[in-house]
Amino acid sequence: MFTAFLIKYGEIGIKGKNRYLFEEALVNQIKYALARVSGEFEVTNEQGRVYVEALSDFDYDETVEAMQKVFGIVGICPVVHVEDEGPEALGDAIVDYMNKVYPNCSKTFKVNARRARKNYPMNSMEINAFLGEKILACNPDMKVDVHKPDIMLNVEIRQKIYIYSEIIKGPGGMPVGTNGKGMLLLSGGIDSPVAGYMVAKRGVKIDAVYFHAPPYTSERAKQKVVDLARKVSQYSGTIHLKVVNFTDIQLYIYDKCPHDELTIIMRRYMMRIAEHFARENGCMGLITGESIGQVASQTMQSLLTTNAVCTLPVYRPLIAFDKQEIIEVAERIDTYETSILPFEDCCTIFVAKHPVTKPVLERIEKSELKLTEDIDRLVKEAIDTTETIIVRATE
Amino acid sequence: MECYLDNSATTRCHEKVKDIMVKALTGDFGNPSSMHMKGVEAEAYVKDAKKTISNILKVNEKEILFTSGGTESDNWALIGAAEANKRSGKHIITTVYEHPAILNTCAYLEEQGYDLTYIPVDSKGIVDTGALQDALREDTILVSMMYVNNEIGAVLPVEEVSKIIKDYNKNILFHVDAVQGFGKYRIYPKKAGIDMLSVSGHKIHGPKGIGFLYIDSKVKIKPIIFGGGQQGGMRSGTDNVPGIAGIGAAAAECYHNFEAKIDKLYELKEFFVSGIKELEGTTLNGPEGREGAPHIVSVSFEGIRSEVLLHALEDKGIYVSAGSACASNKPAVSKTLKAIGVKKDLLDSTIRFSFCEDTTREELGYTLEQLKEILPLLRKYSRR
Repeated sequence: MFTAFLIKYGEIGIKGKNRYLFEEALVNQIKYALARVSGEFEVTNEQGRVYVEALSDFDYDETVEAMQKVFGIVGICPVVHVEDEGPEALGDAIVDYMNKVYPNCSKTFKVNARRARKNYPMNSMEINAFLGEKILACNPDMKVDVHKPDIMLNVEIRQKIYIYSEIIKGPGGMPVGTNGKGMLLLSGGIDSPVAGYMVAKRGVKIDAVYFHAPPYTSERAKQKVVDLARKVSQYSGTIHLKVVNFTDIQLYIYDKCPHDELTIIMRRYMMRIAEHFARENGCMGLITGESIGQVASQTMQSLLTTNAVCTLPVYRPLIAFDKQEIIEVAERIDTYETSILPFEDCCTIFVAKHPVTKPVLERIEKSELKLTEDIDRLVKEAIDTTETIIVRATE
Repeated sequence: MECYLDNSATTRCHEKVKDIMVKALTGDFGNPSSMHMKGVEAEAYVKDAKKTISNILKVNEKEILFTSGGTESDNWALIGAAEANKRSGKHIITTVYEHPAILNTCAYLEEQGYDLTYIPVDSKGIVDTGALQDALREDTILVSMMYVNNEIGAVLPVEEVSKIIKDYNKNILFHVDAVQGFGKYRIYPKKAGIDMLSVSGHKIHGPKGIGFLYIDSKVKIKPIIFGGGQQGGMRSGTDNVPGIAGIGAAAAECYHNFEAKIDKLYELKEFFVSGIKELEGTTLNGPEGREGAPHIVSVSFEGIRSEVLLHALEDKGIYVSAGSACASNKPAVSKTLKAIGVKKDLLDSTIRFSFCEDTTREELGYTLEQLKEILPLLRKYSRR
C-alpha cells in the first residue's frame, strides 16, 4: 500500500545557510543506498522535506532496511498517496488506511492536516475535525487525544494527498560527505570496521588502508578485509581501499630492532604510510580502532609512541569502549561474523611473547635509528606498489 | 611456471570428461526418468557409465549407485549399513586416521547409540592388524577403512584386513573409502572381500558433485536420501547425468594405459623424494617408494609454519596443501599426522605434495629449486 517515504532528518535541519549542502548530501546518500534495492525510486528535496517516491514495484522491507543505513536520517515515514477526489473520498481513504495499518486498535489518535494547496474546500482545522469523526465512527474503540496521541495521523494536501502516521527509526548522525574525509586503518579485526562506521556516522567520508604481509598473511585474509570494507561502505559510501605490501618493512624491523619493540615500531610505520595516503587523498585525519589498554600496543604509553609520528589528527572513536561494547556494535552493523574468521593479520604473526607495554618514545626512536640504512627505500617501495581497490556496497 | 601439486585436494577435469559432460548438459539434457526419447537418450549415458565402472571393478552394474561424492558415499555406507544391521549388533570398527567424512559420521553414530572402536596405525601409517583382530566382537557389524590415506599416502593391506574380518565372521561388512585409491590401484571388491567401496569423481579428473558407492548385492543397507525413488529407491534424486557421464569417462581414462601411468608417478615420486632428502630440516611422513601411494608425498619442514610456506610457494606458482586441505580452510591439527606420531612442533609444519598423470619432472625440479631458496629465508624469520 505504501508508495513513498517521507524522510525526517534531525541535526542537519539546524545548520543555517549550509543546510542545502547537507540536504544534497542526504539525497545523494539515499540514492546510493537505494541503488542496491530492486525497484526504481525518485528522491526529491523540496520545501525542506526529502521524499522518496517509488516509481515501480519495490520490496518494502529491503527499501526500509537500506535507508536505515543512511546517516542523517532520523525517521522514515511510509506514505500512502491518494488522488484528491473531494473530502468524502478522502474520508473513505483515511478509514481504509487506519483499518489496514492499525486493525482492531484501541489507541488514541490525533489528525494533523496540512494544506499546502490553499484552494482545498476545507481549512486544516476543518479537515482535522472531519476526518477525526470519520475514524471514530468506524473505530468505536479509538479515542482522540490532541495532546499526547499514540498515533499522529498526518494528512498533507498537495497536488495529491499524502497520508502517513508511522515513523521508523533511522540511524541518526549526519549525511556522509558533509564533514570531510578520513583515512581508516583497517586490519580485519573486530574494532577497525566499527571505528570506520562510527566516524562515518558523523558525516565523514572514509578511505581505508590495509597492510598485507604475503606470504605470512593469505589472500583470504585480504579478501576478508575487502569484505569488511564492503560492509562498512553500506553506511559510508564508496571506500578507496589501499592495500600496502608490508612484508619487507616488517622483516627489516624484525631483523634490526629488539623483538619486543617490533609491534610498536611496526605500528609507527603503518601510521606514517597511512598518513602519506591520507594527505595524497585529501583526508583530514586518520581513524583507528584503538581502545586504551586493549593490547600491548594500545596502552597510553604505546598510543603516545605511535601518535608521535603523526602530524594529522588521529581519531579513535572506540578509545573508551570495552571489547564487549565494540562487539555489540560490530554485531549490529553485521561486521562481527566476518571479523572473527580465522585468518592471521600482519599484526599477530611475528608478535613477541612479551612485547613492551610501556614503551619510552626516546628509546623507540633510538631503535628506529638502526633502520636508517634501508627503511626509506622500503617505505617508498611499499607506497609505490600499493594496490587501490574501489569498494562499493552495490557489488 | 605454474605447478599444481594439490591433486589430492582436487584435479583438473579431463578434456574427454568435459566433452561428454557438455553433450549431456546441452544436447542430451533429458531426465532419465522421463518416458520419452529425451529421457531414453539421457539414460544411455547413465548405463554407459555404470558399465564402464562395473567393468573396472569386475562387479555387477546393479551394484554401482551414484551419489553426490565421496562424503555422501561414506555417510551412506556407514549410516545405511548400521541402520539395516543393528539387530545383529551395534559395534563398528574404523581407524584413527580416516577422512572426516568417516570420522564425523562415526561420531554421529556414537550419538545414536553405536559402539565404535578406532584402530591405531603405526609410524608409517599402516593399520595395526593385530589391534583389528583384537577389536572384533560378536556384535561387530561393520568395519570401515580407507584404501589410501589422503594426507600421507599410506596404503591399506586390504586383502589381509578383509581376511581377518571374514575369518572371524563372514557376515561383518567391510567398507573401504577408496576416494584416494581408486584410479591408482586395481581394485576388485569381489576378490578382495570388500562389500562397499566409496569413490569420488573430482579426485580422478572428473567433475565435483558426483561419486559412487559400490554395494555388493548381498549387503543389507537402507537408503538415507528419500524422494522419487530413483536408482531403485536406494538413492532418490534426479540422476546427475552430466556428472555420471563425467565420472564414467574419468574412470575409463584412469585405467587406460594404467601401468605406464603408475610407473611414471612412482618415478616422479622417487625423484621428488630424493630431492627433498637433500634439503635441510625435512622429514618425510608415510611410507616411501612403492610401499606408499604413487601420488602423495608428505613433508615436514622444521621451524616453518606450513601456512606460510604454502603461501610462499603459491607466490612462485606452486600450489600445495598444508596437511590436508580437503576438509576446510580452518587450520586444525591433523589427526593423521598425530596418529603416526609426528612430533608436536612439526604438526603445523607439514606440507602435502600430490601429483597426477600430468605432473612433469620439470615442475618438480622447479619446486625443489624454489624450496631450496625459500626455506632458509623463512627459517630466518620464524617466530622467536
